[in-house]
Amino acid sequence: MDTSTLLAITAALAALAYVIGRGRSLSQAADIGGIRKLNSLPFYYGMLTALWCGLPALLLLVLWLIFDEAIIQALLIESLPADMRDLGGSELGLLLNSVQNIANGNSAGITNPDLLAAGQLLVSLRENSQRALAVVVLSGGLLFGVFGWARIRPQQKARFQVEAVFKIVLLLCSCIAIVTTLGIVLSVLFESLRFFQTVPFFDFVFGLDWSPQMAIRSDQVGGSGAFGAVPLFAGTLLISAIAMLVAVPTGLMAAIYLSEYAGSRIRSAVKPMLEVLAGIPTVVYGFFAALTVAPMIRDNGAVLGLDVSSESALAAGLVMGVMIIPFVSSLSDDVITAVPQSLRDGSFGLGATQSETIRQVVIPAALPGIVGGVLLAVSRAIGETMIVVMAAGLAANLTANPLESVTTVTVQIVTLLVGDQEFDSPKTLSAFALGLMLFVVTLALNYIALHVVRKYREQYE
Amino acid sequence: MMEATVESTIEQSADSLVSRPATGERAPVAEGETVGSPFVDSPKMAMRNVDVFYNDKQAIFDVSMDIGSNEVVSMIGPSGCGKSTFLRALNRMNDTIEGARVEGSLRLEGQDIYDPKLDVVPLRARVGMVFQKPNPFPKSIYDNVAYGPRIHGLVDRRADLDDVVEDSLQRAGLWNEVKDRLNQPGTGLSGGQQQRLCIARTIAVSPEVILMDEPCSALDPIATAKIEELIAELSENFTIAIVTHSMQQAARVSSRTAYFHLGKLIEVNDTERVFTNPEHELTEAYITGRFG
Amino acid sequence: MNKSAEKTIDLVNRNLAKRYRAEKRFRFYGLLSISFGLLCLLFLFTDIIGKGHSAFLQTYVALDIHFDEEVLGIDNIDDPAQLMVANYDGVIRKALRDQFSEVSSRRDKRALYALISNGAGFDLQREFSLNPRELLGQTRTFWLVADDDVDTYLKSYRGSGEAFTGRLSEQQRGWVQTWVAEERIEKRFNRIFFTSGDSREPELAGIRGAIMGSLFTLAVTLVLSFPIGVAAAIYLEEYAPKNKWTDLIEVNINNLAAVPSIIFGLLGLAIFINFFEMPRSIPLVGGIVLTLMTLPTVIISSRAAIKSVPPSIREAALGIGASKMQMILHHVLPLAMPGMLTGAIIGMAQALGETAPLLMIGMVAFIVDIPGAVNDPATVLPVQIFLWSDSPERAFVERTSAAIMVLLAFLIIMNTLAVWLRKRLERRW
Repeated sequence: MDTSTLLAITAALAALAYVIGRGRSLSQAADIGGIRKLNSLPFYYGMLTALWCGLPALLLLVLWLIFDEAIIQALLIESLPADMRDLGGSELGLLLNSVQNIANGNSAGITNPDLLAAGQLLVSLRENSQRALAVVVLSGGLLFGVFGWARIRPQQKARFQVEAVFKIVLLLCSCIAIVTTLGIVLSVLFESLRFFQTVPFFDFVFGLDWSPQMAIRSDQVGGSGAFGAVPLFAGTLLISAIAMLVAVPTGLMAAIYLSEYAGSRIRSAVKPMLEVLAGIPTVVYGFFAALTVAPMIRDNGAVLGLDVSSESALAAGLVMGVMIIPFVSSLSDDVITAVPQSLRDGSFGLGATQSETIRQVVIPAALPGIVGGVLLAVSRAIGETMIVVMAAGLAANLTANPLESVTTVTVQIVTLLVGDQEFDSPKTLSAFALGLMLFVVTLALNYIALHVVRKYREQYE
Repeated sequence: MMEATVESTIEQSADSLVSRPATGERAPVAEGETVGSPFVDSPKMAMRNVDVFYNDKQAIFDVSMDIGSNEVVSMIGPSGCGKSTFLRALNRMNDTIEGARVEGSLRLEGQDIYDPKLDVVPLRARVGMVFQKPNPFPKSIYDNVAYGPRIHGLVDRRADLDDVVEDSLQRAGLWNEVKDRLNQPGTGLSGGQQQRLCIARTIAVSPEVILMDEPCSALDPIATAKIEELIAELSENFTIAIVTHSMQQAARVSSRTAYFHLGKLIEVNDTERVFTNPEHELTEAYITGRFG
Repeated sequence: MNKSAEKTIDLVNRNLAKRYRAEKRFRFYGLLSISFGLLCLLFLFTDIIGKGHSAFLQTYVALDIHFDEEVLGIDNIDDPAQLMVANYDGVIRKALRDQFSEVSSRRDKRALYALISNGAGFDLQREFSLNPRELLGQTRTFWLVADDDVDTYLKSYRGSGEAFTGRLSEQQRGWVQTWVAEERIEKRFNRIFFTSGDSREPELAGIRGAIMGSLFTLAVTLVLSFPIGVAAAIYLEEYAPKNKWTDLIEVNINNLAAVPSIIFGLLGLAIFINFFEMPRSIPLVGGIVLTLMTLPTVIISSRAAIKSVPPSIREAALGIGASKMQMILHHVLPLAMPGMLTGAIIGMAQALGETAPLLMIGMVAFIVDIPGAVNDPATVLPVQIFLWSDSPERAFVERTSAAIMVLLAFLIIMNTLAVWLRKRLERRW
């Protein structure tokens, strides 16, 4: 019986428990003069019984799934001959791997009878484990279900108890955000620390040379300068800067026009159209940048006598900027409309023209919010992946020339991690170190931006 | 009913109304007509048959009155009577509200304010406004006051601007309190100071008329007293129209008082007359506190 | 004072023209910005559609196929195994040789065979297996899929004067022209594109596998993120006490909403693939990663929807003695549901277009088979676009663009649905 069938049966059992529990409360109610004499509605007695049945079963299932591999492995090692058992950690690991292969049916080339026997044992252990799991889960559910059923009394505060469980489930759901953050931090940090054991932190952060491929050879691991991330940071900043040069003025002016000048009809027509730009998947922008914009820039550059790389930072930056326009414009729109009308009135009342009011009163008043929005946009540009993967280069050039090819942090993460990787080579681990940098920088930007925006909102509330 | 009133007042000349005998007895007046003396000789601003609409809702019904040169006119009335709406119509602040529409004739020294060809920018430089809630810009005190002269290009040199700022703050009675911190944000002042800053900001442009929309409603009594003092001083040089919620304030600061009720102008008279011997029974009901 | 007032108005009027020019300029910049955004949108769409529309048609060649027992290698027609492995490519090649009998050298023959797609044999097999008895030994005309080079050549040939020849030699073009003259060439609706999985051959590559992969991934994402997101939103809006822990949750949610998506890919790789040793490339893992990514969006929009239910409704429910849970389940949730659904759809649209995190968990593999469950190896539509855009064949460019058109169509449908839901069902209080 596999896990999904087991889950279905458990659910059916819980449903049954609901019906029986509800029935019991009804029959008890009949003895004492109707439902009104019960503490709670029959529904809650049913739910309580179902929870008594389902929750322990689920808990058992999860515990079993977490621990069964470890227990099976321990039993397996126990069964191996003593000389094998005494082998060191990594060799034992290799042995266990071949046992796994045998159990999965790939016994080709393995003749050691002990290993073959262990493979057989593993297969039977796994089967037994599955079977035992089913028995334990179902009997556990049944047992607790009966217990819950037996506890049903008219005075029992069924509703109160069900609602308490309900509330705990809600709380757990809301904690997933924290668990996710924790998971990101732990996974990225853990692998990064392993990376920094081979490559010193300062070499990574301040090194000017990035060529992770060289480090595959064991004699060059941590070789000086091979993992210097400065060219990646510079490339990321260059492309982001180009994107912001496009997105901030355009987005801001578009927001100003839409919120201050345009009539409601134009606004309701143009705003959704601009937001379509934000809804287009980044992979589409990447395709557009790589196949349309980059050749266009290269050809135009050639006409002007400029030598433009076909993976120029300019193409990626421009397209990224277009992608971020609606992001900047909708955030600015929010903060501009939050500027109280009284300030505009004050300025108009003195005879200021609309543009004077906007430039000298509305924008300065909205500035913190706009800055917050721009910071969020920067964080987005830095973290943007697909456009640069498809349109920017792989070579880590340290240059400020937008017509040359540069690479970015996200491009390198993707190149290093796509495909099979070994989790102990510094090449793979360096991607996590880059991820850590990316996470820390964007987190800081987001935190500051959200803080600024919130402070700004409070100011006008 | 409205139709009839519009027709009947359109033909009325100012003279006939001004010459209405100001007797002690309450004259029987037709409903919808303004009693008292709404018109003056050589008015600064002259409004005739003004209607204001917000989309389909009419907020002001057929209001006609004058504002004379260098006088303080106060506008009183219960909440929602349209006095603020009327005031905002005087320098076209209603333009900033979507769906607002003003009909009738409003003239500043004979010039039609709502002439489509008229430019609101110089208009508002001539008719300044102070708002209900102090609304200093999030800039320094200096920049707040200098804002108007700067945008209008009234001064060429920094020193002149300094003079204008100091003079305006002096006249607004704020100079001594803020002269040492002109570079601090205007939003950091107290409510009363903020409102005086807004007044200084308005007079820095040297407007001819200052409209004040309940300038003291957000202030404490001491700050209110200062603003009232200031209004009295300003009235020597400026024409002031002030909307107020407080009858005492109207009595203290204004020479003439207009009483609005449900979007209609009920009575305009000398302030003393309004508060001692109102012509219209609605006015009397209001000042004796029967509603409002 | 009057004198000074006059002076004021004169000064104002003097500068007025200049100020209005500035005003006009400013407005113009605003209009310019909006036009730039809209033009970019227009350019992007016309570019994609211009490149991709031709992929919906595919060139077919009519060949007179003679089902020769010997060439096919069938001696027992009732044996399905023989029908499976029979040499269908052989009969196609024979038909080609018959038509162009002047071709003799081995190299020329190979060039000739290259005009017909490798996949044509499978089509022939399907046709033949339907009624082998009737067809065996007969000659019939079949429309067979042309190779992508022929397809690209003909499409560009019809389009403009200068045709894109690609890898086609002078000789091969001559043969194609012969077919064109004999009206043996036809462009038909490209069914393969919608019914097959990925392939190295552009003319045989389709998006069905990617679409199914996307559907499974989205299904996992929806099933996980909607209930969890709604539950979290209920907790935060209705139950959460004002304390440090709640603040921490809120800060976390807001920050996660702005964390780059690739970071979620790293999380998935390190935790699910490396630590829990889940298999790579499966929609289940992809769905879980996308759930973590879209959860903040779903929570934030659900909270907004719950917040928009006026307190009077809550008070009314509590006032007649409903418990908090009853109040939420009976009143708040049903009223907030349209808003929550809108948020969920927007979150799903975001997940549908997401590429980077899925690259990290191995959903970039070359997968020909169409996935049938959440734990079959699969790729998704955006990743398919990414993979194809890297392919050198020109025929893949139009297919990539066509796949983008399909992806955008899905997104437009989802967003329209969200807008419609909001307009139609959301109450205004």
